Amino acid sequence: MAVYEAKCSGCHSVDSNRIGPRHAGGVGRRIGGVQDFAYSAALQKSGQSGKVWTRALLTSWLTDPEALIAGQSMGFRLGSEQERSDVVAYLATLR
Amino acid sequence: MQVQTLSSGIQSAVQNSSSRRAWLRTTGSLSAVAIAMLGGKEALAQGMSADPSKDVGILNVALGLEHEAINAYQLGAGSGLLQKPVLDIAVSFQGHHKGHRDALIATIKKLGGNPVMEKTLDEYAKALNAGALKNQGDVLSLAAKLEMGAINAYLGVIPAFASKDLAQIAGRLAADETMHWTILTNALGRSLPTGALSFGG
Repeated sequence: MAVYEAKCSGCHSVDSNRIGPRHAGGVGRRIGGVQDFAYSAALQKSGQSGKVWTRALLTSWLTDPEALIAGQSMGFRLGSEQERSDVVAYLATLR
Repeated sequence: MQVQTLSSGIQSAVQNSSSRRAWLRTTGSLSAVAIAMLGGKEALAQGMSADPSKDVGILNVALGLEHEAINAYQLGAGSGLLQKPVLDIAVSFQGHHKGHRDALIATIKKLGGNPVMEKTLDEYAKALNAGALKNQGDVLSLAAKLEMGAINAYLGVIPAFASKDLAQIAGRLAADETMHWTILTNALGRSLPTGALSFGG
């Protein structure tokens, strides 16, 4: 929670779309799956395959989003492995 | 949340902010602010990678942050919950964010991109749950949270920039936000980080 507040809340909220999409229900949701959020074309395309956000995929995303999905909009990278683990664990609690 | 009496350091920040506003007035237009912000680097675009659209995309996310910050301070200033000199500080910080916004818009346009549009104040109010703000401490707490988020967002995007010039700009933006966060944290009576390297990572 503390790491999420410090590192993610600049752009994201749990229940509201802001700079980035809301995070409630994010784990298990289809990539690009928040209906009322304007995703990049890259995220929309990636989500068309039906692929969903898993813990492993979110960890890769936080490590280097562009390496995972080229052309996406999030430049932010979370360098600390422990912080990535903490954030993904917190995201998994959001329903 | 208990808000402590403002320290002499904050009073000093008000005076410094006034000096900054005076400087901004004397230097003229917003474009001049943008150029000053970018260090007068007219050749910025020439330093871009083969695919500047990626850097433009990152800059547009930053611009979205600045739009939100401007509107957050507007919500705070218009709430009637802030007393002087805190209100003056909030307006001053909003001015800094407007300077950031204008610099980012100028840079995005220079690089051939389309700056992301600002949403309505009502949309920001809803997204930030402004209806829950009941007192000055709530407003300052929200501002501190957003500033902390912005610091880490700017520091977190530095490795993603293809352009070192833009990475430097992100660092300068983070420095401004850190100044805001530090003063807000002081006003809220909260402790500063005990360890080194508490930002970014």
